[in-house]
Amino acid sequence: MDASTASVFAAALAVGLASLGPGLGQGMAAGRAVEGIARQPEAEGKIRGTLLLSLAFMEALTIYGLVVALVLLFANPFV
Amino acid sequence: MMFAAIEVGEHFYWQVGNLKLHGQVLIVSWVVIGVLAIATAVASRNPQRVPGGFQNLMEYALEFVQGIAKEQIGPKEYRNWTPFVGSLFLFIFASNWLGILVPWKLIELPEGELAAPTNDINTTAALALTVSVTYFWAGLSRKGLRYFERYVQPFPVMLPLLVLEDFTKPLSLSFRLFGNILADELVVAVLVLLVPLIVPLPLMVLGLFASAIQALIFATLAASYIGEAMEDHHEEEHGTEQHA
Repeated sequence: MDASTASVFAAALAVGLASLGPGLGQGMAAGRAVEGIARQPEAEGKIRGTLLLSLAFMEALTIYGLVVALVLLFANPFV
Repeated sequence: MMFAAIEVGEHFYWQVGNLKLHGQVLIVSWVVIGVLAIATAVASRNPQRVPGGFQNLMEYALEFVQGIAKEQIGPKEYRNWTPFVGSLFLFIFASNWLGILVPWKLIELPEGELAAPTNDINTTAALALTVSVTYFWAGLSRKGLRYFERYVQPFPVMLPLLVLEDFTKPLSLSFRLFGNILADELVVAVLVLLVPLIVPLPLMVLGLFASAIQALIFATLAASYIGEAMEDHHEEEHGTEQHA
């Protein structure tokens, strides 16, 4: 396998693996937020704001994987 | 005919001395700065006691960024840092939204394409390094050399981790913003390549939402780093003792 083929596989794996953890995390966070809203509907606004902010932080982890994938595809230092 | 070619890593270079500048980023940055400057000038040219229309909108924006700074830095110190945090938020927000809303594709460049300036790692890295310098300066100007005590608190064992944190902060700030904006644009570009009509619209709306959140996150984190650098444990303890 030459370097460019390997980079394509690596890019796919980078995004795929990097989305595993944040996916679990986002699911947990959203589930807990729904529980919180069900228990205390009047706090919905505050919960939603915090949830969106923390979801964006988890999203960033996937995005790091994406950045690595993009570097491998478009700005590969080894090809 | 190609409706959207995916162009990553192609730039419209300007040669200045030995430096190669990414011209497309600078052009759009200047447009963003111009839009913000004109909006501010128009809103504050003839201020009314009861704000209406555009002045109302800009006052809302000011209160919003004041809220970010106040929440992270604290009610005593936030006034000095509102301009910095606010400029960061407004610049990132305006460049993200103008990158999506303005049909830049109509303007042909010899190479590369006009887009949001924040989809270039150089822009976001510059913004993140500004934040780093600012929080160091905030801490040093507030506490002097005692600022460096925070590297050995609460335990000296933490020193390498805390030093490392100073490097990971700008790295994660810049990658987060750059990656999110570029990802949005790439997803839209890929979809436009497959289905040019209607279908990419919901994702563009999602992009508007996500880029607004990214601007908020960048400003919030910058404010919280500044607040963290300035907070003083000793003074707080003294304060509570005096009250008690």
